[in-house]
Amino acid sequence: MDATADVDWRLKIHPLLRAANVRQVAYVPDAGHTPLIEACHADPSMKAIVLTNEAEGMGVLAGAWLGGQRGAMLMQSSGVGNCINALSLTQICRFPFLGLITMRGEWGEFNGWQVPMGQNTEASLKGAGVIVQRCDDPDDVAPTVEAAAHLAFDSEVAVAVLLSQRLIGRKKF
Amino acid sequence: MALDRREAVQRLLADRGEMLVVSGLGSPTYDVAAAGDDDRNFYLWGAMGSAAPIGLGLALAQPAKRVLVVTGDGELLMGLGALASIAAQRPANLAIVVLDNERYGETGMQKSHTAHGADLAAIAQGAGFPVAATITDEADLDRIVGEIRSGQGPMLVVVKITAGEAPRVLPSRDGVEVKNRFRRSLGL
Repeated sequence: MDATADVDWRLKIHPLLRAANVRQVAYVPDAGHTPLIEACHADPSMKAIVLTNEAEGMGVLAGAWLGGQRGAMLMQSSGVGNCINALSLTQICRFPFLGLITMRGEWGEFNGWQVPMGQNTEASLKGAGVIVQRCDDPDDVAPTVEAAAHLAFDSEVAVAVLLSQRLIGRKKF
Repeated sequence: MALDRREAVQRLLADRGEMLVVSGLGSPTYDVAAAGDDDRNFYLWGAMGSAAPIGLGLALAQPAKRVLVVTGDGELLMGLGALASIAAQRPANLAIVVLDNERYGETGMQKSHTAHGADLAAIAQGAGFPVAATITDEADLDRIVGEIRSGQGPMLVVVKITAGEAPRVLPSRDGVEVKNRFRRSLGL
């Protein structure tokens, strides 16, 4: 982990999801989301749902909304391509979607295999009708996630917050 | 032996009570509509592979209600990983019925993987489903209807059906309206 990266932003997201009354948190693990995933598992008001593939998350969150609960998705940029067709649900049925996406392949990336999806994450999401809001500064994370939750659930639209690789720090091998 | 898909779904949904139903795209959506349109039906016309995950999110959100996913072998095969995700959550109120004609019916009746030996009940069991079965006749169907209404899930039941096409009964394709009326039926 990059020693200069602010670690505090990771701890700010869980209380915001709780305040937004998010009850189901579907995720495909990512190192950058580790503290948040642990906090969601530890919170008895939330179901933390591990997925095999990000596409499942679009279904789970749609089902949650059908049943009266709010959900959020935690994932890495490499998983965005996996869920493009499943994102039809958000457009055609106007299900709200809140996705918190940690970025790879954009800032000092060591592993070139992350670059093709990372460089196309924002365009792919926009192409699928998702509103994209990006955080490069640790101080922006909390206000951006809070606003994105309001936008997603109050306006019933699909919103992705991209958490820059610069926030997360370069992965060291 | 194999069952008629319309008769099987009619039997599954007769006297359904407050059961919530999600149908996978293609013929299962037409079968569920043919059994009687209901505000508590959520019909999929796309997002192939999403029926089971939608059932999971819904079952977790509504633990006091029974949730039934009615889908096809091809639709389930597109998202097999969802079976492992469902098993990890163990929603007791969720049942998945797979209408298995061993074909991709919407696209020209090409053979699916179940025609080549894939055993969806065994896959569900291997994923961790406490209840998984394959049924081929009326007596099994009668027994399984009770299980779906009141048994401890999650359960997956493969219903082997004949490959013939039934007349199309097309429910609304207006996803927003189908979603909103479903939620209204729950007082949301």
